[in-house]
Amino acid sequence: MWTFTVKRLLHLIPILLGVSLLTFLLMSLTPGDYFTELAQNPQISPQKLAELRAKAHLDRPWYVRYGYWLSNAVRLDFGYSIAYKIQASELIFSRLWNTFLLSLSASVLAWSIAVPLGIWAAVHKDSVADRACSLIAFAGLSIPEVLLALLALMFAASTHWFPVGGAQGATFDLLTPWEQFCDRAHHLVLPTLVLAASELAGIMRQMRSNLLDTLRAEFVTTARAKGLPEGWVIYKHAVRNAINPLLTMFGYSLAGLLSGAFIVENVMSWPGLGRLTMESLSKKDHELVVASVVMATALLVIGNFVADLLLAWSDPRIRLK
Amino acid sequence: MSSLPPQPSTPLSPWGLFWKRLRRHRTAVAGGILLIFLYGVSLLAGFVSPYRYDHLDKERSFHSPTPVRFSGFWPAVERFRKVSDPATYEAVAGDLKPLKFLVEGEDYTLFGLLHLKRHLFGTGDPDYPVYLLGADQFGRDILSRVLYGSQVSLSIGIIGITLSFSLGMLIGGISGYVGGTTDTLTMRACELIMSIPGLYLIMALRSVFPSSLSSTQVYLLIIVILSFIRWASSARVIRGMALSLRERQYVLAAKSLGQTPLRIVVRHILPGTFSYVIVAATLSIPYYILGEVVLSYLNVGIQEPEASWGLMLNAAQNYQYLQDYPWLLAPGGAIFVTVLAFNFLGDGLRDAADAKAG
Repeated sequence: MWTFTVKRLLHLIPILLGVSLLTFLLMSLTPGDYFTELAQNPQISPQKLAELRAKAHLDRPWYVRYGYWLSNAVRLDFGYSIAYKIQASELIFSRLWNTFLLSLSASVLAWSIAVPLGIWAAVHKDSVADRACSLIAFAGLSIPEVLLALLALMFAASTHWFPVGGAQGATFDLLTPWEQFCDRAHHLVLPTLVLAASELAGIMRQMRSNLLDTLRAEFVTTARAKGLPEGWVIYKHAVRNAINPLLTMFGYSLAGLLSGAFIVENVMSWPGLGRLTMESLSKKDHELVVASVVMATALLVIGNFVADLLLAWSDPRIRLK
Repeated sequence: MSSLPPQPSTPLSPWGLFWKRLRRHRTAVAGGILLIFLYGVSLLAGFVSPYRYDHLDKERSFHSPTPVRFSGFWPAVERFRKVSDPATYEAVAGDLKPLKFLVEGEDYTLFGLLHLKRHLFGTGDPDYPVYLLGADQFGRDILSRVLYGSQVSLSIGIIGITLSFSLGMLIGGISGYVGGTTDTLTMRACELIMSIPGLYLIMALRSVFPSSLSSTQVYLLIIVILSFIRWASSARVIRGMALSLRERQYVLAAKSLGQTPLRIVVRHILPGTFSYVIVAATLSIPYYILGEVVLSYLNVGIQEPEASWGLMLNAAQNYQYLQDYPWLLAPGGAIFVTVLAFNFLGDGLRDAADAKAG
């Protein structure tokens, strides 16, 4: 298990290096930089502009800048954001935390509803309720997140039950810690529901078909032939075996989850990495874009790594290979 | 009905079996028929829509949907008058104007070459507008814009899968067949692309190109970017299939006949992956549709005055508008129906291609 863990962990390094290099290259190809707009201002002299550019190392070729960036980034120091005028690390980690929180709560919600529902649908295969579940799942798979998020905003605006977008209220800093927690949770509800809704359908369908496959296996027939009660056969024998492939699915679904979070963040103004990426792209703070993309990638590959570990832990054939 | 099904005298070909299983899948057939209808309407968008996508009517900003009434047995629309100024409209009871079919209106171009003036329906009287789905901020008919926008959304998926699956098949096939360093390098590249969460990479790639491009250029750019990301996952699967197919007798035979590796890959290995490709391609069309929607919604896709479903949803991002004029969400419904039809069809194709499901 340890060699497996270390091997997979070492595998993450070239991926993160490659992603940062690729994004940095893309950003250096982007037309204009943060100071392009400032150059329009007649009050700022060209000398001053050149000075500012030099201070941000923007007069150097991209690979030199990448070298600077990387040597700081390995110490988790993302430099000074020229667009936000604060330390980029501070910004990045608060946004990373928001994206993580949103993805985590949506995952927990989606999985805790989808798995029991999938089991129930498989056990009651071909009943009216199963067909209804499957139709609803198709609808959930097909409804675009943009639309769902807009509907949620519309719901919030017309009922006033939930805040319309954002992650915290205007008076957040004046609240007691407990009120702050409630305020954050209140803001988290709708984005979580939107993001979970699109996740839920896929997991439920997968769980249902896994369990149906397992119920056809010979050990289930054996268990039934032994005269075990049906509930015991399903929950003790079949479900345990049907859950394993879902761990693989968890790894695969993460990329979709983060892309979904990107949309939800941008539509519902949830201050996460996706929103930061869009903001820093429009402000042309290119190093901040690189940092956000690398952090989002880190979230994805670490999530995959955790899924692999869980799979290896539950299935010895994988870790011994 | 006899108790035994009649035995076919000759066994069906694999494709025959595939069609037979597909036809039994009711939702897949429904999805397929719906798609044929949507594509038909989209091709004839200029004719079916009562107005052009850029028909402005500033006097009727946010005009509410005009329901179809009946005067006698003939469908008609009511006249609406403005009640209060930003935009509240009220039907004038009894003031009906019958709908005319094949009515003369604004000129449009069909299939890029026919210049026509006749529209499927309309009133032919500018005082009695037909806004079946309401109007947007500039008084443009939403139904017409949804129909014109469908030309973007429905074509983007087809061109996208053609591009990305050709790339994926060629690269994956060669990588699996040749093996060695080529294989290692390609697979590392695929892993790199797949380890960046999709939309982050899409936005980074989009920002490399100037933001002020014409809608046609953006359209092509979106297809290229989305395909550039998507080829990686199909290449990986096809590489795996090629790895096992290259050991088959017929491939060894082709090799001993002295055929070139490229010819072996294209003529002998790739045909073996077709059933996977058809299913995976159908199921990945929604990815292109939704990709365009997100890019246009975030203002880096198709630009005004052209119509696209994502761009139209962008007008609905102001929740004050959304509350007062919920018909702005109509393009969202169009996206939902189209993606649902593709998912139904793709699901049926997958079951039909999966021989063990029977």
